[in-house]
Amino acid sequence: MSRLSDVFSRCKSEHRAALVSYLTAGDPDIKTSETLLNTLAEQSDILEIGMPFSDPMADGPVIQAASERALAAGTHIQDVFRLTTQVRQQHPDLGIILMGYANIPFVLGFENFAKQAVEAGADAVLLVDIPPEEGHICDAIFQQYGLDRILLLSPTSTEERIQLVCKHASGFIYYVSLNGITGADMGEMTTIQQQVSNIRVHTDLPVCVGFGVKTAKQAQEVGTFSDGVVVGSHFVSTIPQHIADSEIMNQALKQASLSIKEALLA
Amino acid sequence: MSTDFTYDLTIHHAPDEGGHFLANGTLFGGCFAAETLMQPLKEIETAFFEAWVDDEFQAERISLLKHYAGRATPLYHAQRLSKAAGGAQIYLKREDLNHTGAHKLNNTIGQALLARRMGKKKVIAETGAGQHGVATATVAALFDMQCDIYMGREDMRRQAPNVFRMKLLGANVIPVDSGTATLKDAVNEALRVWVANCEDTFYIFGTAAGPHPFPIMVRQFHTVIGQEARAQCLEQAGKLPDVAVACVGGGSNAIGLLHPLQDDDIRLVAVEAAGYGLETKEHAAALCKGKAGIIHGSLSYLLENDEGQVQPTHSISAGLDYPGVGPELAAMMESGRLEVDSATDDEALAAFQILTKVEGIIPALESSHAIAAGMRIAARMKPEQIVLINLSGRGDKDLGTVMEKLAINAEGEAT
Ligand SMILES: Cc1ncc(COP(=O)(O)O)c(C=O)c1O
Repeated sequence: MSRLSDVFSRCKSEHRAALVSYLTAGDPDIKTSETLLNTLAEQSDILEIGMPFSDPMADGPVIQAASERALAAGTHIQDVFRLTTQVRQQHPDLGIILMGYANIPFVLGFENFAKQAVEAGADAVLLVDIPPEEGHICDAIFQQYGLDRILLLSPTSTEERIQLVCKHASGFIYYVSLNGITGADMGEMTTIQQQVSNIRVHTDLPVCVGFGVKTAKQAQEVGTFSDGVVVGSHFVSTIPQHIADSEIMNQALKQASLSIKEALLA
Repeated sequence: MSTDFTYDLTIHHAPDEGGHFLANGTLFGGCFAAETLMQPLKEIETAFFEAWVDDEFQAERISLLKHYAGRATPLYHAQRLSKAAGGAQIYLKREDLNHTGAHKLNNTIGQALLARRMGKKKVIAETGAGQHGVATATVAALFDMQCDIYMGREDMRRQAPNVFRMKLLGANVIPVDSGTATLKDAVNEALRVWVANCEDTFYIFGTAAGPHPFPIMVRQFHTVIGQEARAQCLEQAGKLPDVAVACVGGGSNAIGLLHPLQDDDIRLVAVEAAGYGLETKEHAAALCKGKAGIIHGSLSYLLENDEGQVQPTHSISAGLDYPGVGPELAAMMESGRLEVDSATDDEALAAFQILTKVEGIIPALESSHAIAAGMRIAARMKPEQIVLINLSGRGDKDLGTVMEKLAINAEGEAT
């Protein structure tokens, strides 16, 4: 059993959806990022640690800016692994996903990347621009290292694609609730619910829903029909809002994550 | 050559089903796109391959190429330029005389017809030099489609006349400030907008790069260049060229010229922008200096650091100022079929002036890179040999940049 499936069983026994949170590693700088990641990990069941990239094509302005801040602060892939190690040491049961774009692990070498990711304590990898069709460049290696490969589904995914993705995914299915980039506004709740149940016809994997979840109310609603609620831009936006004071920033992130978590517990 | 030219509509050297080009066991291209775009890309792929074998589609496309764009474009034996180079005979493929002043329209006519066939009412595009933006805005006007063009703010400054042309044609030009505010960032932004609007919007991609099916589709729409040039050269010179030369931004004019020549005994040369010099970091020479990487949906050569972060590029020409390159050119280089060369800003600027002075043809700064390298190559060859250079566009859009570089004042005098 992978750590991710333990996480989902635990949440299931508590009759609630998992909180899947996102922050970009190294944002706004490496030291502050360590504090913020650990703060967010407190309330989260699964933490997505973003690997900053120069060209985040699938991200909206909030996460684009996060990548730019992290890179400007001198964040290297080794810092991402170090931050992951530090979070793992403090949170042995947390699910950890390294998230980002194909070119970072591709240039490092998928084998080298997988080895270091596992050593750092990551459970899974989510690469936005490697659909199942291109999985031939990494799937065997990730499997060999025991890393789950999270794949996305979206409103444009046809029945045929849903089957293909479900066949290749492990860990969970990440349903992108809208045709758009991270941080956009959420789609219609009943439509999302319908699509999640449609996905469940094809898989026993947990289904998490993300992109656009910003309020406790949305999180709670999504939590009633999904196995996990992904919150990214909403958490990331606390960083630029309090850029001058990292203590207040940390408090704001704590409050934001507490309020979403409470909604999931309700 | 007149408008009675017959094009070869067979698809030669197709990639595999997933859009991969293989060379010596190395794989290029593919479809490295976010899930939301996978289905829209599949739909374009299906529509393209269906349209390609549909006589009606081809008849309309070719009719527009002939009567609207003005094809075939001439092949011109540039005798005074040949003399200036001092070696082989230089022939120029005059894509600058294509409607809108560059090769770009060959592609936008094809994609706009496809968009209309797919029932899309709205088109978007990225642009660097503004030539693809103008070519897209032009077909959008012709087909009465709504048109949004994404352009880096730095490029809007460099190519101001083209910004105005696009606006006159009825397009919205949307400045992109993210990253380096140039072509790659405009692609990022157009991809983001397309993800959110793929139901009713067609993304007219401007070069032979990006996710499958764009590289093969854009190539097919541009092979008219090489097919015409091959026949014209045979007709005028009685033989094929010895060398064919084209500049490379993403690779559309190069693949368009070179692809139909690859099965002949002709040296094929791709010329990249060397900016301030290949020994500096300030260039845009992905084939000469890049490493394998994945950007904008395809695996190819890329200018990037050791950790896969894309590096800022520099070129005097906005249309070559791009860190990546189309996957098919990368595969052709890998297999040894394609030679790569480069020209610096200064060399391009010098070629710009020479061609203007000795032939009365003002080339685009992009094309000036091909002229510079082509003259260098010709100089090492015999007078009975032929160098074919793709003159991909005209230089009116670049007059501001050239004036700035040469420090020319409003009276046309050096300051
Ligand atoms: C005249 C001209 N030539 C060449 C290029 C480079 O593009 P590509 O490599 O796709 O031909 C451009 C791009 O804007 C252009 O305007």
